[in-house]
Amino acid sequence: MASMIPAGVYRTSYREDMTILATRNSRLALWLGILLVCATPLVFGRYELGLLVNIGIMGIAALGLNILVGFTGQISIGHAAFFGFGAFASAWLHERYHVPVALCIPLAGLMTALVGLVFGAPAARLKGLYLAIATLAAQFILEDFFARAQWFTGGVAGRITEPFEILGWRADREETYLYVVLAWVIIMFVGASNLMRTRDGRALVAVRDHYLSAEVMGINLAYYRTLSFGIASLYAGIAGALYAHYLLFVSVEAFNILLSIQFLGMVIIGGLGSVAGSLMGAAFMVLLPEAVQALADALAGGAVDRALRLGNSISFLREMAIGAAIILFLIFEPDGLARRWRLIKAYWKLYPYSH
Amino acid sequence: MDWSLLLQLTLNGLIVGALYGVVAMSFVLIYKASQVVNFAQGEFLLVGAWVCWWMLTDWQLPFWAGFLFTLAFMTVFGIVLQVVVLRPLIGEPVISVIMATIGLGIFFQALMKWIFGVFAKPFPPIFAVDQVSVLGLQVQTVYLMSLGISVLIMAGFAWFFTASKHGLAMRATAFDQQVAQSLGVSVPKVFAMSWAISAVVSSVAGVVVGVVNGVSSALSFYGIKVFPAVILGGLDSVVGAVLGGLIVGLLENWAQYLDAQWLNWGNMYTIAPFYALILILLVKPYGLFGTRNIERV
Repeated sequence: MASMIPAGVYRTSYREDMTILATRNSRLALWLGILLVCATPLVFGRYELGLLVNIGIMGIAALGLNILVGFTGQISIGHAAFFGFGAFASAWLHERYHVPVALCIPLAGLMTALVGLVFGAPAARLKGLYLAIATLAAQFILEDFFARAQWFTGGVAGRITEPFEILGWRADREETYLYVVLAWVIIMFVGASNLMRTRDGRALVAVRDHYLSAEVMGINLAYYRTLSFGIASLYAGIAGALYAHYLLFVSVEAFNILLSIQFLGMVIIGGLGSVAGSLMGAAFMVLLPEAVQALADALAGGAVDRALRLGNSISFLREMAIGAAIILFLIFEPDGLARRWRLIKAYWKLYPYSH
Repeated sequence: MDWSLLLQLTLNGLIVGALYGVVAMSFVLIYKASQVVNFAQGEFLLVGAWVCWWMLTDWQLPFWAGFLFTLAFMTVFGIVLQVVVLRPLIGEPVISVIMATIGLGIFFQALMKWIFGVFAKPFPPIFAVDQVSVLGLQVQTVYLMSLGISVLIMAGFAWFFTASKHGLAMRATAFDQQVAQSLGVSVPKVFAMSWAISAVVSSVAGVVVGVVNGVSSALSFYGIKVFPAVILGGLDSVVGAVLGGLIVGLLENWAQYLDAQWLNWGNMYTIAPFYALILILLVKPYGLFGTRNIERV
């Protein structure tokens, strides 16, 4: 395997054509990245590690939404509700049936996928903005269900969850839980990359690009739209379960519409239809509030701070930053960070002869 | 059976439903004219109500002056939003446009919380008499005013779309943009105008609700309550929007009655319209009056 791609297409086998990482360098870079993340507990404090854990969890959920929105072209404004369902399902499985936490997470994912299929069944007939509105309704209905179903969610009081444990190894701190999340991130992202190389994955893209042509070519629209909803819910459920066992407490308020919008924002900012972009978008969305906080801290005590009441309104400033980021990306970089990353790579590849 | 409660709730339903109808109408206006699904409709109510409140309290303007200023402000606001945010997105896929309006929604909601705080603030009293008696029921004067304003706006819409030149241009654009353009209609102007009208009309509803319940970020929830109404009526039908609004208003009040009398589930008031929404989408996705868009291979 070469370390760089030659200019032009010299692929002679399907195997070469289908490969996810085309060069030795990109493979090395990936392994190096994973190793670097593994080494972060040596350098970072708990707070920074917590951010990394959050990026991983949100990245998994955003990837699920990207499969639905970016690859299949279906819109969902109810992703946070499915994320929340996964969190409650995992906590409930452990408390009610004493399933070990390590098993709870995939099981919760499967349960959420089933719920997603139920809500996805109407989605098979709907598209575009009708689907957006239907999922908006699903968000409110599920939120109401969470508040009502005391047996499942602990009601408005919420539910305490147990930390992750496998073979006597407990992951109840950021330093250890990071590895659990990292493992799941690798599984889910490799899974998604592979999905896109299969017949099913290509069928999803065909449904997005031109659903009438796809149907003519023998793709069952209803089946693939529902399937894509199920896969998205599976990802949301697993991410939600990871979130539950990270915070060790789940309550209804966390899974509101703002989180759904944030997930959509991650997908848009990362890049629609880009697997790696989902993680970039998640990182952006997790770090954006930190940047706002840092900015407010830098201005604290000054005239600007006093005039604008920055310190007391930091949560509003964060929400505004999220809204503004979504709009600015849509107007100025509709293909997201994934495209920007490709441009940067191309710049260095061609340097100094960029034209 | 508690008849007087049922009657009271039905009346409430009609009054709130008329307001939903007004907001739904301005939502449909934007959708028809520029094919944009506006998820920030509720924020129009919010911004309008806060601006009016600010004029009345901090600037001590009389109600009519503050109200007129609000209308002028919202005209500019609607046009600026359309030109700055939505115009660059013409031709982009549906999801981008939807996301842009969602982004606008959370931006302005947070901005209003930042400027005016999170607590509901009451309007200064506008009427000398608080309550009047209609058919033996005690009705607040502001409710009557709200019903009156709603009917007035609806009549205005009906006149605008059937008799005025701009209204006809707008309908032509909604029917076929290219043909309208070739007949001398300025499509960008029509887009901007539809946003301005929508913002103004929504802000009137916002001020009315603010006078009744006080101004708070709960106002932006009207923008979400609008969806069951417009889906029920059909996304591109003005008449359907009004009827849908009335039905949703009645539905949620009757759901509350059922709940209070027999079910005791709680929260039915907010959640019932969403169940109805899912049902309608399953059974009749184009609503009562919407244009059927039949595509089969």
